[in-house]
This record gives sequence, C-alpha cells and structure tokens, in this order.
Amino acid sequence: MSDAVSPPPLDLSDLQATPKRARRERTVRVVLLAAAMISVVVSGAIVVSLLFEAWEFMVNVDWSAVWSTGWFPRNGIYDIKTLVVASLIVTGIAMLVATPLGLGAAIFLSEYANPRVRRVLKPMLEVLAGIPSVVLGFFALLWISPNLVQNAFQSANRGNLMAAGIGVGILTIPLVASISEDAMQAVPHALREASAGLGARKVTTSIQVVLPAAVSGLAAALIVAVSRALGETMVVFIAGGAGDTALYTDNPIDGGLTMTAAMASLASGTDAVVGEGLTFPSLYFVGLVLFVITFGLNIIADRFVRRVREVY
Amino acid sequence: MDAEELAMDEVVDDGIEADISTTEAAENAQLAEQIVLRAADVDVYYGDHWAVRHCNMEVRRNEITAIIGPSGCGKSTMLRCYNRMNDLIASARVAGSIEYHGVDLYDRRVDPVEVRRRIGMVFQKPNPFPKTIWENVAFGPRVAGIAKSKSDLDDIVESSLKKAALWEEVKDRLKTSAMGMSGGQQQRLCIARAVAVDPDVLLMDEPCSSLDPIATTRIEELMQEIKAEYTIVIVTHNMQQAARVSDRTAFFTAAVDEEAGVRFGELIEFDRTEKIFSNPSDERTENYVTGRFG
Amino acid sequence: MAFTTLGDAGGVETEVRRRLAAGGIDVRGTVFRALLLLGLLLTLLIIVVLLLDVITDGSTVLTERLGDFLSGTLRSRSSDAKLGVHQGLRGSIWIGIFVTFLAFPIGIAAAIYLEEYATDTRLTRFIQLNIRNLAGVPSVVYGLLGLAIFVKLLGGTSSTGGLTGGRSLVSAGITLAVLVLPVVIITSAEAIRAVPDSLREGGYGVGATKWEVIRSHVLPYAAPGILTGTLLSLSRAIGEAAPLILVGAVTGRLGGDPGILDLGGLRDRFTAMPIVITDWVKKANGGSDDGGAGLDFASHAAAAIVVLMVLVLVLNSAAIVMRNRFEKKRG
Repeated sequence: MSDAVSPPPLDLSDLQATPKRARRERTVRVVLLAAAMISVVVSGAIVVSLLFEAWEFMVNVDWSAVWSTGWFPRNGIYDIKTLVVASLIVTGIAMLVATPLGLGAAIFLSEYANPRVRRVLKPMLEVLAGIPSVVLGFFALLWISPNLVQNAFQSANRGNLMAAGIGVGILTIPLVASISEDAMQAVPHALREASAGLGARKVTTSIQVVLPAAVSGLAAALIVAVSRALGETMVVFIAGGAGDTALYTDNPIDGGLTMTAAMASLASGTDAVVGEGLTFPSLYFVGLVLFVITFGLNIIADRFVRRVREVY
Repeated sequence: MDAEELAMDEVVDDGIEADISTTEAAENAQLAEQIVLRAADVDVYYGDHWAVRHCNMEVRRNEITAIIGPSGCGKSTMLRCYNRMNDLIASARVAGSIEYHGVDLYDRRVDPVEVRRRIGMVFQKPNPFPKTIWENVAFGPRVAGIAKSKSDLDDIVESSLKKAALWEEVKDRLKTSAMGMSGGQQQRLCIARAVAVDPDVLLMDEPCSSLDPIATTRIEELMQEIKAEYTIVIVTHNMQQAARVSDRTAFFTAAVDEEAGVRFGELIEFDRTEKIFSNPSDERTENYVTGRFG
Repeated sequence: MAFTTLGDAGGVETEVRRRLAAGGIDVRGTVFRALLLLGLLLTLLIIVVLLLDVITDGSTVLTERLGDFLSGTLRSRSSDAKLGVHQGLRGSIWIGIFVTFLAFPIGIAAAIYLEEYATDTRLTRFIQLNIRNLAGVPSVVYGLLGLAIFVKLLGGTSSTGGLTGGRSLVSAGITLAVLVLPVVIITSAEAIRAVPDSLREGGYGVGATKWEVIRSHVLPYAAPGILTGTLLSLSRAIGEAAPLILVGAVTGRLGGDPGILDLGGLRDRFTAMPIVITDWVKKANGGSDDGGAGLDFASHAAAAIVVLMVLVLVLNSAAIVMRNRFEKKRG
C-alpha cells in the first residue's frame, strides 16, 4: 500500500485474523466470562447450602417447637416468631430513625445545598457509611442505651432492642440518603423550573413536585434500607441484650434476639456449633428465612428503581 | 425488494458505470479499473429502523469520494459499513455485499480488526486518546505488530505526523498530553494516528464539523496532499466542502415509504462532483445542492 | 427566575410587590428548611458524639500502653498487661490481602465482561440480576455459605485440615472476598460504563482488537473509578464481623500469635479486629462467662475501635479523595 501505483491484489486471507491475536482474544474472553460466571456459582452455592441444611432441619424438627415460647436451640425449642418479631422491632425502630434523617439529608443535599456545602456534607455522610457495624454496636450498648434508652425507660435492660434499633438506624441513614438523593437528582430540572415558574415556593416545589416525581426511587431507598436493617447482625448481637437464647418478647426495651443475632450467637463462643441434633441445621433454617425475606425485598426495590429509569 | 426494483437498480448502475469509464479512460485506463470498495444492494438496519436502503456505489483508488445529504439520511451509517464500525453497535445489521478489492468485507472469515487496519477512520469529534502525542500515534502500529522496535515506532510517529502536517508544531512535545492541543491539532493528530498503521483507505466522518474555518481549511489541504497515497471517503454536511475537495459525490437523502410508513436513508445520485453540483440528473439532488432543502 | 415568570403571568404591579415582599416571611419554607438543617445537624452530631465517645473511652489505653496494646494478644482479663490486638490486626490484614488478590481481579474481570463483551442476552441479564441480588444478601448469610462450603466441605476433618484448614484464616479470607465481590463488580462496571465511546472508537478505528482497546484505553481511563470502588469494598471487608463469627473466628482465647506476615498460620484458627472489639464489648457488659473482669474491657474495646477506624477511614478517605480528583479531571 506504500506503493501507490500497483497495490498487491488483496485476497481473503489478508483480512483474516492473525492466529496469535485471535487466540489471545478468545482466551481473554473465556477468562472474563468465567469471572462473570463466578457470581452465578456463588449464588448457587448460597441457595444450595441454605436449602441443604435447612431441609435437614425442616424434615426432622417437631414443628410444634418452631411455634413456641422462645429461642432455645440447644434445647430443641426453635420459636421462629421470637426471632422474626425481634427483627421487626429492631427494623421498625431503625426505620423511624433512618427515614426522617436520611430523607431530610437527601432533600437538603438535592434541593437546598449549594455545591460548596455538598462538598462538605457528602463526605461526612460517607464517613458515616464507612463506620463498621461493630462500632455502632459498641456505641449502642455503651452510649445510646444508658444515655438515651435507660434514661427514658427506667426498667430497660442494658442491652435492649430499642438501643440496637437506634444503632441500626444510624447505620442505615447514609444508605437512605444516597439512594433517595439519586432519585431526586433524576427528576428533570424542567419540572422544578415549571413549578417555580408557576410561582411555587421552594418548599412547595420540593414537597409537591420533586418528592412525588421521585417516589419510586424513594420507595426503593426505604425498601433497601429495611432489607439492610433486617440483615444487620453485629449491632443487635452486641447491643440486643440477649445471650444465645431468648424468650418471646414484643417489648422494645427488653433484650431480644433477632434472626441475625441468633445465628451469630449460636455460632460464637464455642468451638463448634454443638448441642441437640438440630442445632446446626437450625442455623440454616433461620438463614433461609432471612434470605427469602431480604431477597423478596431486594427484588421489589429493583422493580422500583427500574421504574425510575423508565420514566426519565 | 421486488424484481422490478432490482432491475431498476441495475439499469442505473450500468448507466453510471458506462459514463464513468469513458471519462476515466481518457485520463488513465489503469486507474479506472481500480475500484477499491464496491457496495452492492446494501441495506443497514438499526433494530427495526431501516437506516440505509439498497445502496450501490463504488469508491475508486486515490480519489476523494464525498457523501453528502441532510441529517438522518444514513450517510455516516454507510461510511461505517466500509470498515465494519457498525459491528460495534449491537442492534446494527448489514445486508447486501461490500467488496474491498473484490473480497467481501462481511464474509464470515473476515476479521473486522484487519479490515479497520486497512480502512482507517477519522471521527466527527477529534477523539485523541488521553495520552501523550507519541502514544496516540504509536498505539496502532504497536498493536498491529508493524513496528519491531522503539526506533521503528519513532520513525513511524515522525512520518505520520509529517503526513498530517503536524510534525513541526509538536516535535518538541511528543511526550506531552494530546488533550492539551487545539481542536484542529487534535483532529490532525487523529489523522496521523489513522495513517500510522499504513492503511489503504481513510474514512472521514464529518472531520471538520467541530472545527473553525481556519482549521477546516488546513484539514482540506491535508486531504489533497495525502490523496495520492490514500483513497478517501468523506461524509460532510457542508456542500461547499464536498465541492472543494472531492472527485466524486454521493447524494443521500431521507425518503419515506408511504405504503409501509417507514423512513429510510437512500442514495439518490452518485457521480463526478462537477456533475452533481452543476448538472445533477435527479431533481432532489438539484434541490439540495442549490439549497432549496436540507 | 420564579419572580420574573410570576410578573409576566400576574402582570399587576402591586401584586408583584406583595408577593415579592411576602418572600421575606415565608414561614413554611423557613420551617421546612430549618427542619432539614436540624436533621442534618443531628446526623452530624451523632457522628461527632460517636467519635468523641470512642476516642475518650479509648484514650487511656492508647496513650498509656499503645505499644503493648498493638503487640499484645487476646486475654481473659482486661488488667492483663499482655492484652492487645496483635492477633486481630494480623487477621484483618490477611483478610484484606485475600480480598485484594481474589475479589479485585475476579470482580474487575467480571465487570469488563459485562460491560464490554456481553451482548444483551438472557444469560447476561441473568448474570446482572444475579449480581444485584447478591449485593443485597445479608453478610451473615455469606457467613453461612463460608461455614458450609469452606469450613465443612473443603475443611476436611480436624486432623487433616483439608484444603482450607476448616475454621481458618483462609476460609475467612475467601468468605469475605466472596462477600465484597458483587460490590466490586458493580462499582467497576459503573466506572467502565463512564468511559466515553469515542475513546473505544478511536482504538477500533486504528485496527485494535477488543482486548487491546480495553487494556490500553478503557481500563486506564476507568482506573480511578475502579480503584475508588475497590478501596471502599476493602474497607467494608475489614470492618465486617458477622461472617467471621459464622466461619469461626475465635473470641475467647487464641493460642498462637505468629508474625503478621507469617504464612504458616493461615490454616490455623484466627481472629480479626471487629471480632476482638465484639468480644471486649460483650465482656465489658458482663455478657461473658468471666463477667467479673469488669468495665475496663470497654476502654480496650474503644481503643481497638480507634485502631480499626484508622484503618477503615484511611481507606475510605483515599477512595473519596481519588473520586473527587477523578470527577474534577473529567470536568
């Protein structure tokens, strides 16, 4: 081709891939696909290991022990409602903390804060997001419980579900804030201008225009937060106030065991999960219940997020 | 496509062919035969959208072929068929045949990577890699295995930059970032990058649309300078540019099939540039080049 | 802008004036804004109180016996002069190493596949859905996975130790690498998606293959974003405790204390910083069998938290700084 007058006539073989390059491309592709498939393998392994042991539990357990008075796995009493109710209490309290604070932060960051303020505030929320949950557990047990909960309720345990719930809530604030802020940022600017153009004040625009327009994303944020709160382990394990057993309670100022804390306490302390025959499988039964609930919530949240993407 | 249409296409085809070969014969009989790229009944679809319909055109060696037409007429789409850039768009589908020196570019055994090495491309917006000037030019020859050593690469970088008339401006800052150059310089760097792999054809997709008039003139001059070595196909919005630089011009427009209710791009007329601009045979071409629409 | 439009619409000058004047005493707006600020301040206050609480509680230990504390081991009494976090640090560092060498390459490779190679097929959509779901699975469930697969299935019997050595640092490291894998994939994929197509076209246009374009142009451009994501997942892995408890991290007394980079102990029992903290907090509250050891475990727990937080915050701030620089550079 450097010879301008008579180029070498070209044939098909000139346009075929060089074997070395083609081989490298194929190898890379296979390796990368294998890496992507590992996530599928992991999912499969999770489901199989949960089902395998949980099945062992479900076929052998005396089901009256699963609807009983408390969680005493080493004694063959596996009242799942004790754990579920405690989980719901903790999650409810967490959401009471995280929803207003997280949403408020999101509205402020999205609608009110100027870029300079954002640059200061966002990293602070990110610091909060980066705090390990054991730290919140420490804080909930040794600060929130004595200074807030026990102050308000004299009869409260040192470790109690309310302190744990507040701790989990704090942990969830940045999650709520960041997903809702994304949802509000996705609302087209034209909507805000239209509202302002009609003479609406900022507060009216924020509450009556932006929030409804972002409602799918906000719903997703809250659902993801609920799922995260249900799955949070360490705060409740440390500050929930129960050992590895618990009697049924629906009182937030009592100590209690959530599903997650039950698993953690069953597995800790001793060299192996031992006890009555089904103690070990019971761990997986609780895990399966938790997995199914959070999985369902995540699927729903995913739908909501997709809806946001479709609208705009 | 029905049989009647097919026949029509062939008639038009033959007409052009005959017309051209008489003129060419007077100049250079050998070159007249040198059709580099021949598109036959090319249809391009993006998903359900029919972007180009039944396109037949030839690109000849060491000529500049311009593709003009209003927005959305499929001219960039057609250009991207020539080096299989459309392969990168998942929904794109090309039917018909495009032959490059007689080899079907869409043959299953053809590797688009090898095609693009021989049929280079310069894009609408200058898109230098965010690396040094040297690395921009050296990347192509290095991955193609053209250069064996660093000094070979140095030579290629120098000659490519000279061809792109950029050497004098940048020879002292080859190791600085290409992003610090002006838009016109960046586009010439992209031309240098394209010629560095020793291609046969250069496809230029509105290469001057984001440049100022001075930079545009510079690129146009450059095209004339390198035309002796390369075959150039340029898509342009700018009719004056096509008239100034090209030997042949293809006019595309967006047509609507009333019955099917679909919009598609179509090649209306393809001829020597003087003919297209002075005495077009199709009324739509005339309307466009005289500025009555588009 | 609101007012100009209002003027056009309303027209009447007095009305405009009235409305303009009313802007000064917009009660609802002011209250709303004040509430938002209050919420935000409350959040910040929580962070401040938390940090101050931890630092004051831990300050005595950190100032009086920092060296011993960093080199000491798990003990049953807080008054023990040899009490410290050395084993915990070792465990956490090794977990970080496992995550870096397992989760990062696999996660980034998977992200490249999904963004650059995968076409929109059922398999692709399944993989993507699968990764999003994995990211939402509670960490404790990953612990169950680790316990079933790495500890029991691959751990062999207690005498042979199998592949992983059972309740070992290897099992814990792999479990946490698996835990952060979806996060690494998602953040890397985002960074790769942000690479402009014009850059890819430039590479393809000169006849580069897909992998050549990815290696030479896509990855370097996406590198800061990928790095940010990986650093954040690393800090998450180091702070994570729940899966470690399931995999069998030791809370009570741990015998050996090999050097931090000693490879020999990888298949032995282990502990990690978050586990050490959990153990001490529980002991401080009298929740443990040797409850008599008293509250002083609280100050040691706080000191250990400071050590862990320093680790995590350094990683996080590095990630945030990196991202800000990256955003600025891209304009």
